[in-house]
Amino acid sequence: MNARLLPYVLILPVTVFLCIFFLYPFVLVAQQAFGSDTGWSLDNFRDVVSHWKFSISLWNTLLLAAVVVPVQLALSLLMATMVSKMKRGRDLVLYVWTIPLGISDLAAGIIWLAIFEQSGFLNSMMHGLGFIDAPMNFISYQNMTMVFIAIALAEIWRATAIMLVILVAGIGLIPKEYYEAAEVFGASPWKRFLKITLPLLRPSLQTALVLRVILAFEVFAVVAALGGTLFPVLMGETYSYQFDLSNSGAAAAIALIILAISIASTLVILRALRVPKGATI
Amino acid sequence: MAEIQIKNVAKTFGAYQALHDINLTIADQEFMVLLGASGCGKTTLLRIIAGLETATTGEVWIGGRRVDHLAPKDRGIAMVFQNYAVFPHLTVFENIGFGLRMAKMPNAEVTRRVERVASLMHIEQLLKRYSGELSGGQRQRVAVARALAMEPDVILMDEPLSNLDALLRLEMRAELKGVLAESKTTAIYVTHDQVEAMSLADRISVMHQGKIVQAASPIEVYRNPAAHFVASFIGNPPMNFLRAEPAGSGKWKVAGETVDGPVSAATPLQLAIRPEDMRLADDGLKARVKLVEPLGAHLLVTCDVDGTMIRAVLDSDLTVKVGDVLTLAPQPDRVRWFDPQSTLAVA
Repeated sequence: MNARLLPYVLILPVTVFLCIFFLYPFVLVAQQAFGSDTGWSLDNFRDVVSHWKFSISLWNTLLLAAVVVPVQLALSLLMATMVSKMKRGRDLVLYVWTIPLGISDLAAGIIWLAIFEQSGFLNSMMHGLGFIDAPMNFISYQNMTMVFIAIALAEIWRATAIMLVILVAGIGLIPKEYYEAAEVFGASPWKRFLKITLPLLRPSLQTALVLRVILAFEVFAVVAALGGTLFPVLMGETYSYQFDLSNSGAAAAIALIILAISIASTLVILRALRVPKGATI
Repeated sequence: MAEIQIKNVAKTFGAYQALHDINLTIADQEFMVLLGASGCGKTTLLRIIAGLETATTGEVWIGGRRVDHLAPKDRGIAMVFQNYAVFPHLTVFENIGFGLRMAKMPNAEVTRRVERVASLMHIEQLLKRYSGELSGGQRQRVAVARALAMEPDVILMDEPLSNLDALLRLEMRAELKGVLAESKTTAIYVTHDQVEAMSLADRISVMHQGKIVQAASPIEVYRNPAAHFVASFIGNPPMNFLRAEPAGSGKWKVAGETVDGPVSAATPLQLAIRPEDMRLADDGLKARVKLVEPLGAHLLVTCDVDGTMIRAVLDSDLTVKVGDVLTLAPQPDRVRWFDPQSTLAVA
């Protein structure tokens, strides 16, 4: 076969797959979002944005992402650095740390619900140790901070590993000689992390952050399990428009708003962590 | 003043003994080359001096101060790495100034020093570039400049020229020698290239299987190898060895000929002679020519002397054919003797 054509032929199947199962549904969603009885319009967007729950769910989604992602970034950097320093048992530790990745987000939410609910592990433990006389109701509308903390904890527990595996791979690619050179030229371990690891990890950080931030804007099952209607988020609103209110136009509109936020944040991350022109990492 | 003393340093990696009881003193401002084949322990010794590796036993002293418990940065050293280790995310300027910034030197001083060493290494025009935009030779210059910028007491170099092409290596070799002599630092330079070692060193430490076999000036190492290993490692082609049987009172039988030799020994020895120290003569060893290699400046002839292959460097004007029988006379003052048992030189 013609060598110039071959690459295109080889990527053809996956391109067709993506067009049928991603591009086509996307066009349909866009059609629904911008469609109405009278033709093209922004009515759906106007409807969802003017609803009283929209600003709350937008705020909740952004707040959750703003709290969870930085904590996960710091944690995964710390864990990745520790794992890469290990000589033995490194794979075992990595497997254990990535177990939460294998658990579905709804199951993760339910696990944490089992900890925080009135008859949950946390209450039994505190009662058993004599800290409290009667079980406390952590997850209720009277204690929104606790609801938020529970959701954030569950999200951190569940999804830090996805960043961890990317960063571990990235750190593994940094040649040892750079660290030795930095050490000889007077960089402390902390300075080596700041001046060598972080800058050389930029490509991996980009990938990890983009992936994690997009997932953070799509948070749904953990919130549904732990907060229910107490803590509305954008994806939950999409669900309730689609299935509770049977308003697929509005659901499509929110889905597109989430997409827009994701694209915007991706651009910001790529820009912020770009490699300077000429530098090869 | 930065005299380096290595006292009884040994290093084991698991069951493998990489260094055996190394003792070495390197004078202030001396250029010491650690020379040996790969796996002989030369890089391990350098890394122990640098502090990147810890000796299993022994002490390292730099400038009268014991440093083996200190971090690399507190030893007054700078290092040039084999793969340069020029940081790819920093400009050449920031690479050279890296150590100075870590030492929290004021900006003006950093700029002054970086510009000074950059001009010394002829890379002033590259200061704004990144390492990805540099050639191998330029990266090498950045690595040396970064070490010089520290104005260290000691510069350690781990095969710094081995990744350059032959022509560039020759050029950098001469330049390094000049720059380092100027900087008045003590230098330790690891290489497996004997030509590099001969041309750069004030003194060469020849290492073999984790031991220093000989530490002496290049000419001494070449002329008077202390052991069979040094004689067979240094020189291209290396020394020739011929079996010598004692014939009493300082006379030795070599390939049927009688030669003057050591009086002290009574067991068979090895006569060693450099290929360029053999002359065509009327009286000498009978050598049947097996191979003739014209190398331009001279003629390299491989011959069979009583069953042993030896090589001789002869005048390029000579007409020598395979199968000819030559009479080769070793220059008496260049003949050396080795004990095959101890492998050491015999006086």
